[in-house]
Amino acid sequence: MQGSPRFVDVFFNWVLIERYFPAIMKGVAVTIEIAAAVVVTGLALGLILAIVRAFRFLPVSALIVVFADAFRALPPLVLILLVYFGLPNLGVSLPSFAVLWLVLSLVLAAFSEEVFWAGLLSVPKGQWEAARSTGLGFLETLVYVVLPQALRLTVPPITNRTVVITKNTALGTVIGVGEILNQATTAQSFSGNATPLMMGAITYVILFIPVVVLGRFLETRFAWRRL
Amino acid sequence: MSGAQPILEIRGLRKSFNHVEVLRGIDLAVLPQELVFIIGPSGSGKSTLLRCCNRLEEPTGGSIHVDGVDIMARSTDINAMRRRIGMVFQSFNLYPHMTALGNVALALVKVLRKPRKEAHRIALGALDRVGLADKARAYPAELSGGQQQRVAIARALALEPKLMLFDEPTSALDPELVGSVLNVMRELKRGGMTMLVVSHEMRFARDAADRVIFMDHGAIVEEGRPDEIFSRPREARTRAFIAELAR
Repeated sequence: MQGSPRFVDVFFNWVLIERYFPAIMKGVAVTIEIAAAVVVTGLALGLILAIVRAFRFLPVSALIVVFADAFRALPPLVLILLVYFGLPNLGVSLPSFAVLWLVLSLVLAAFSEEVFWAGLLSVPKGQWEAARSTGLGFLETLVYVVLPQALRLTVPPITNRTVVITKNTALGTVIGVGEILNQATTAQSFSGNATPLMMGAITYVILFIPVVVLGRFLETRFAWRRL
Repeated sequence: MSGAQPILEIRGLRKSFNHVEVLRGIDLAVLPQELVFIIGPSGSGKSTLLRCCNRLEEPTGGSIHVDGVDIMARSTDINAMRRRIGMVFQSFNLYPHMTALGNVALALVKVLRKPRKEAHRIALGALDRVGLADKARAYPAELSGGQQQRVAIARALALEPKLMLFDEPTSALDPELVGSVLNVMRELKRGGMTMLVVSHEMRFARDAADRVIFMDHGAIVEEGRPDEIFSRPREARTRAFIAELAR
């Protein structure tokens, strides 16, 4: 029992909790902002790429595959450092917030393009044929018949992937984006105590548990008996 | 009926898949209000023939005219032609995310640009014709196979096609559900619909078809009235196939 007060002092020091709560909350705001922006642009770009790929124009499809494979293979941290420290050499210097948003959006786009594409492929050929046989064009068939079915199938994997990518907002700490982890590590180095880090960890759990639960809800909500 | 212009006129139709010739020069004319049955062993090219008629398969050679329009001409808007050519598939292919009404109304709204209200009225009328007006709000998964196929027929019917193509419409159905679909097809025939049907429902062919065509290896082997083909086939191949069917 002797270790117990020390454990509490290191990880749950009330004075520090009170002192750094505002900073962590500022980090929460930044994390939510970036995560929301990444989800919107990443998923939109991924969907657009999958739709473009559906036209099966070979050179364009090949480019999309190369992009998707490269951005799925590279660790996001490498990309972040490359863009943040590399681009200024080309005369382009983006604020750290923008770099984090851009890189994570592209990574999410790469993953989601593959998921959306797999979803499009999983819709039976007969659906295309039935729609086309009634005179619907390619794009109309895609939009009204194929995509709605494809998207429902992709809800669970897209949710999982989105959670993974948005958690990567924590990588912003290495380029000084003032998100949760950045606030927590700064506070930790000032106080010499791990309490702010614990606060950060708990904040992540509070932030992402609802997203995970929402994903599970969507999964059951959008499932339907086939045929 | 003689002298009338055919609704469907196929001349010298050829289709190859990677150097394998599936159709080797098909000539076939279907007159208005005629119900023509195509039978033949699997792989004989009958489904491919049907699917060429609305260019779900792209023919390799020959010509197809529907209602006087060359559907293979570059100037022909194939989407505009397709709404005049109804197609019913073996596996129904209903849109699972839409109700029966939604399935039937989609092309009315998106292709014919009907206002939603009018589209729903027409769709409901089409569902009524196949005896399923009371299932308008049901999703495909909530319907039996026979009901799904009748919705699929209504979906094609709602566009008021000049020609209906049926690709083995009862092959995926449990035996007790076949009758309801055939009854709808019988009603269509009575209403004067021109139909080209790939099917092995011999009893139906006997009492509803005007003509039966026997295909084998991508060619028409023989054709004639149902009683001729089923009872007194001239060709040995036809005899063998009919005997196989009757077993």
